[in-house]
Amino acid sequence: MRFRIYRYDPESGAKPAMRDYEIEFEPRGKKLLDALIAIKDTLDESLSFRRSCREGVCGSDGVNVNGRNVLACVTPLEGLKEPIEIRPLPRLGVVRDLIVDMGQFYQHYRAVKPYLINLDPEPENERPQSPQERAELDGLWECILCGCCTTACPSFWWNPDKFLGPAALLQGYRFIADSRDQATNERLDFMEDPYRLFRCHGIMNCVEVCPKGLNPTQAIGKIKTLLVKRAL
Amino acid sequence: MTQARIPKRTFDAVIVGGGGAGLRAALQLAEANLKVALISKVFPTRSHTVSAQGGITAALANVSDDNWHWHMYDTVKGSDYLGDQDAIEYMCRNAPTAVYELEHMGLPFSRLDNGKIYQRPFGGQSQNYGGDQAIRTCAAADRTGHALLHTLYQRNIAARTQFFDEFYALDLIRDEAGTVLGVTALEIETGQPWLFEARATLLATGGAGRIFRHSTNAHINTGDGLGMVLRAGLPLEDMEFWQFHPTGIPIVGSLITEAVRGEGGYLLNKDGERFMSRYAPNARDLASRDVVSRAIAQELRGGRGCGPHGDYVHLKIDHIGADKIKERLPGIRELSLQFAGVDPIADPIPVTPTAHYMMGGIPSNLYGQVVAPVRTGPEEAVPGLYAVGECACVSVHGANRLGGNSLLDLVVFGRAAGLHMLDYLRENPIPRPLPQAEVEKSLARLARWDKPKPENGGGESVAGLRGDMQRVMQDHCGVYRNEALLRAGLEQLTQVAARLPDAALSDHSKMFNTARLEALELENLMLIARATLVSALARTESRGAHSREDHPRRDDDHWLRHSLYFTGNDHLDYKPVRLKPLTVETFQPKERTY
Repeated sequence: MRFRIYRYDPESGAKPAMRDYEIEFEPRGKKLLDALIAIKDTLDESLSFRRSCREGVCGSDGVNVNGRNVLACVTPLEGLKEPIEIRPLPRLGVVRDLIVDMGQFYQHYRAVKPYLINLDPEPENERPQSPQERAELDGLWECILCGCCTTACPSFWWNPDKFLGPAALLQGYRFIADSRDQATNERLDFMEDPYRLFRCHGIMNCVEVCPKGLNPTQAIGKIKTLLVKRAL
Repeated sequence: MTQARIPKRTFDAVIVGGGGAGLRAALQLAEANLKVALISKVFPTRSHTVSAQGGITAALANVSDDNWHWHMYDTVKGSDYLGDQDAIEYMCRNAPTAVYELEHMGLPFSRLDNGKIYQRPFGGQSQNYGGDQAIRTCAAADRTGHALLHTLYQRNIAARTQFFDEFYALDLIRDEAGTVLGVTALEIETGQPWLFEARATLLATGGAGRIFRHSTNAHINTGDGLGMVLRAGLPLEDMEFWQFHPTGIPIVGSLITEAVRGEGGYLLNKDGERFMSRYAPNARDLASRDVVSRAIAQELRGGRGCGPHGDYVHLKIDHIGADKIKERLPGIRELSLQFAGVDPIADPIPVTPTAHYMMGGIPSNLYGQVVAPVRTGPEEAVPGLYAVGECACVSVHGANRLGGNSLLDLVVFGRAAGLHMLDYLRENPIPRPLPQAEVEKSLARLARWDKPKPENGGGESVAGLRGDMQRVMQDHCGVYRNEALLRAGLEQLTQVAARLPDAALSDHSKMFNTARLEALELENLMLIARATLVSALARTESRGAHSREDHPRRDDDHWLRHSLYFTGNDHLDYKPVRLKPLTVETFQPKERTY
């Protein structure tokens, strides 16, 4: 199989470049991460990328493959056009090869206060929540923070420092939607900003690429609706 | 000798590992306004806790009549009586509080119609000391580990814990009196080594399933804390006990949770027979994991496996209906589609026993203190050192862990360790002088990988050695073991380890050098593989997950005791099982049937 992979090591002084690799590899049933590991183990141990769970739940190995953001560990090799072109996730600074600086992404995540705020005294047992209330969280809490959506979003490309991006907004809504959370107003106050939320123009690249099948655009739409309702 | 100068950061406490155990302990300390650093080699939500699926066990009695003492009985029996009953009582007693606490933190548990936390049946869980199946495992769909890990990380954001993400811990710094004064760690992005000085150090570095070729474990599960402990001259406990999960996807290794069987799924051999009825007439598919794994291994040996090579069995779940599968097992459906090419709504999932969990680890007590035979007794606390989670051996899991008890272990003992560390820090307010020689030893270990690769491109590669080690462990230390197999395995592992000094790297960049990281991880894996084989060879009985064909019976007269392995000369020591609980009567060892 043929690969063309983005290589960059700031220590070398060389400019970033695409490098070609060819490796005997039976693609049937294998994922892109298997091929990356095979290249590292047998051809070039300097090839650098993040990986952990290798089953699509930890969110470490987001990369751009043939122009599309994916998780390498759940992307089947079969059906990918060769040479398979692999680049780091777009718009973030490159640390080395396929490893990007996720600092900005995490900062936006922290900014939405991604934790339950409830100031009532804690009951001895669980706080009750009906299955219907709990169902409001489905499609939100499963986010793995891989960054595929945010780095596929043109609004983020234009204003990466000010627009929170789909992943952080999805997590912001996850707590607004939680029947146990008491900080909805405070959360909406923070979001009500020409950049943080309103740079989303419903382009829906985020929905298109999310490896977990989540829908940040819909969550953002719900935040906007709540803001409108509140203003009335 | 030149004094190596590396930058130093000073904290009250340093925690190594950002999974459930490390995060829970960090939270306790950060909320008490202590200066706590959490060092993790990956961003915390990439930790392996995220892969836990089925749930966390606690006797809430939301569905069936229940109490913590029944949970304790099941855990003691599940451990094949090797678990320490004081620690098991502490864990089971505190389980409901721990789960409610997680709910209050915001964990999105699935819910029952009455608004209470959803619970499901899991293996080895009974009512009334061995009676009917208990419904005890609390779940967030089949992504409970994800929910737990993210919730704990989020609470730590709120508590303003200081995170050092993508820092790789190298070695413990111990002074001559044996007190642990911190760790050395490598900043992965820049290649800069740091000294983290702290009056208390907690290891929460997780498991080491990557000693095996096929494992449910993440790539990062390389037992780094265990390597650090062995190098510091401290022992590892019960390393012969590795759990083989009955239902991993063949070759790939991905876990298919016990919750599939809890929700009504069952195993079938190639004749379509529900074979568990022959091995565990009462509990059948919900017998303990060691029992089910042995049953599958027997079916495969007997030529009743499925597929062209007869190397797996089928896990059938389609009969519970598409809606229930989508609601309660969405993650399993996703994994099956991605990694087995099967939709469980229509077809059975191929599964086979797969290395999953390390029952042994760093010997600790129920306060999370690391204990070792240092001077007087067999369980003397090592000052300043704590261990929690899969890397630790409290021992609540003994010879076989019950499903749903590992997430519980993380939060109960993460909290307990945090509380004890608060006391320890109050009693030990003055930092002790750091022994510079210890720091230099650690730096020398790091510098060893700067050695250039031979011009001719020869020499050993890290990936090659790791592959060879994993093959040895897979072939010689699986579900069934015997003396000849283990002895041959130890011989082969010795040969592989002897090649390690000849290994060199071609990548010497300082920036995010993952080749060097894998080399350092391999050093830890090699030590752990050896600890496992040596301990397994010595234990001439079958207990829990350690099944010796040449010693098929449990032997309480000789082996109702914990192994302690020391590196270097492969020395083995033993200490008694703590059979006396904190407040209740001992559950006396008896024959274990399901």
